Amino acid sequence: MSLIEASSEAEHTPGITPAVRGKGPWQLAWERLQRDRAAMVSLAVICVIVLLAVFAPVFAAVTGHGPQDQFPETGLTPEGLPVGPGSGFWLGADSLGRDLFVRLLYGARVSLLVGVLSTLLATVFGVVTGMLAGFYGGWVDGVLARLLDVVLSFPYLLVAIVLVAALGAGVPLMILVIAFFSFAAMARVVRGQTMAYKEREFVEAARSLGASKLRTMFVDLLPNLVAPVTVLASLLIPTAIVFEATLSFLGLGVDPRTPSWGAILADSTDYYRVAPGLLIFPALLLLITTLAFNLLGDGIRDALDPRSDRLLSRK
Amino acid sequence: MWRFVIRRALFGLLVLWLVATTVFLLFFAGPADSVARRLAGPRAPQEVVNQIRDTLGLDRPLTQQYLGFLNKLLHGDLGTSFISQTPVSTLIMASLPATLWLVAGAAALWLTAGVTGGVICATAPRSLRDRLITVTVLAGISLPTFVLGIFMIFLALSVFPWLGLAPGPYIPPLEDIRGFFQVMIMPWITLAVVQAAVYVRLTRGSMLDTLGEDYIRTARAKGAPEHRVTYRHGLRAALTPVVTQFGVDIGALLGGVVVTESVFGLQGLGQLMIRSVRDGDLPVIIGAAVLAAAFIVVANILVDIAYSFLDPRVRLT
Repeated sequence: MSLIEASSEAEHTPGITPAVRGKGPWQLAWERLQRDRAAMVSLAVICVIVLLAVFAPVFAAVTGHGPQDQFPETGLTPEGLPVGPGSGFWLGADSLGRDLFVRLLYGARVSLLVGVLSTLLATVFGVVTGMLAGFYGGWVDGVLARLLDVVLSFPYLLVAIVLVAALGAGVPLMILVIAFFSFAAMARVVRGQTMAYKEREFVEAARSLGASKLRTMFVDLLPNLVAPVTVLASLLIPTAIVFEATLSFLGLGVDPRTPSWGAILADSTDYYRVAPGLLIFPALLLLITTLAFNLLGDGIRDALDPRSDRLLSRK
Repeated sequence: MWRFVIRRALFGLLVLWLVATTVFLLFFAGPADSVARRLAGPRAPQEVVNQIRDTLGLDRPLTQQYLGFLNKLLHGDLGTSFISQTPVSTLIMASLPATLWLVAGAAALWLTAGVTGGVICATAPRSLRDRLITVTVLAGISLPTFVLGIFMIFLALSVFPWLGLAPGPYIPPLEDIRGFFQVMIMPWITLAVVQAAVYVRLTRGSMLDTLGEDYIRTARAKGAPEHRVTYRHGLRAALTPVVTQFGVDIGALLGGVVVTESVFGLQGLGQLMIRSVRDGDLPVIIGAAVLAAAFIVVANILVDIAYSFLDPRVRLT
């Protein structure tokens, strides 16, 4: 039996040589990401934090401590100082006798909500603005690029403080403010990429087939932008979380009654010498969360662009 | 060259005008009574609200108020503080030294540490020391400034009290040089750690790109010693993006190092801003915001000019 006959026989007999299925770029990226231990640990940590935030009411019910409930009898010592970690209060109580653990979980909801929603908003606006500027060029690009320059040269923390002072604190305003200052960075990246891809053959092909400009932009160009946009977005989330915590720490963030990591840390500054847990637990949680997002973002960049400079390479 | 400077200066003025207008509209757009109520605070009695409305002329048409506001601003008149009744320019001048010293000291630290760290990483990429520094940098980037600041105070007061470091109000160096350092060292380190992380990353990336260039190979081939290749040929060319970032950062920070100043209670521009926001002291808020924007605008122009000196390929048009 010749070789050709054998191979053709194998082809026709199911089960002998399983067909080699092609792997899409996303599957390859996912496989590369799975080999990145730091990124996978970070992903697991983020999942745990998300679960804790989602099930915050369950923990509130189990401990019997609502996020706003004050327990002057059990949460404070007879001298009026917060009790330390123990069976009643898992991570101790704060200066008003509220359960630190439960408040941290509710704070995680605020942090994640602000981080994810502001990044989503910034991404949508950034991609649309960047694509319009990069694709149309000419005066559209001129106006939009100048606008981006203006936004990027605003002293953003100061403007955020002024905005909060003028309009009052709150989660929706916080999300809008952070989105406004992140969208320009996203738009600039997308604009550059769009300008680079605009001259490629596949865009010319789409045009010669009679595709409209809108279709060319969103059906032909957009898929090529997904990788850089994903990378930047994953790195914008931790920035947004830190920004929210900073504004809340300064007393200018979300409503002071809403538990937020920044506000909890601000409360702790007067008490950490008697109750170090008040400082250490929220600080650790904030650090772990941002570090996990940053590590995952770096991992995603490596996975999507294998040639990129690996910040945390294994070899 | 001059055409470029003039064009950039005009663009800078446009940014300043936009900042001033945005701040003005945020506070003054709306019915006179509700604007006065917002400035007075929710619990102020009606008489105070009426008084604010009349003294500020809030019932005039908005365009008239706006023109008056711009006119004063163009004459350098930033107004008088609602709270302390002192001119805003006096308050700003009193807060400026703390911010200037804070930024100057921290900048020296973070530039030295950042560039050194970046060069160490780039000359031995993928090595153990490269990875150690890189992980530290990532932790530094993830660390919010205020968390680091609180920990520094915690360490200084509880673990190393014999160092004599303490958070406190700014002390001018000519008055008490020892006290100056005791107050400034912690804010310097705090600000520098967060910034240095960014600079290590930037220098490393730029250095790696440069060291891969052909002329570096040529320099090695003609027998230049390795340290000469690294510093004279490599680092000099790699510094361009670092200089850009440095100018932008200095400009942004001079407007007020809000977080670091707040944590350590240094009375600089950032602290002035936060305090006036809490007190609803409008003239001070507007003055500080416009000044901060001016710092950024000037820094950006200077960076672009410096660029053309550092990199002869860049032509200013």
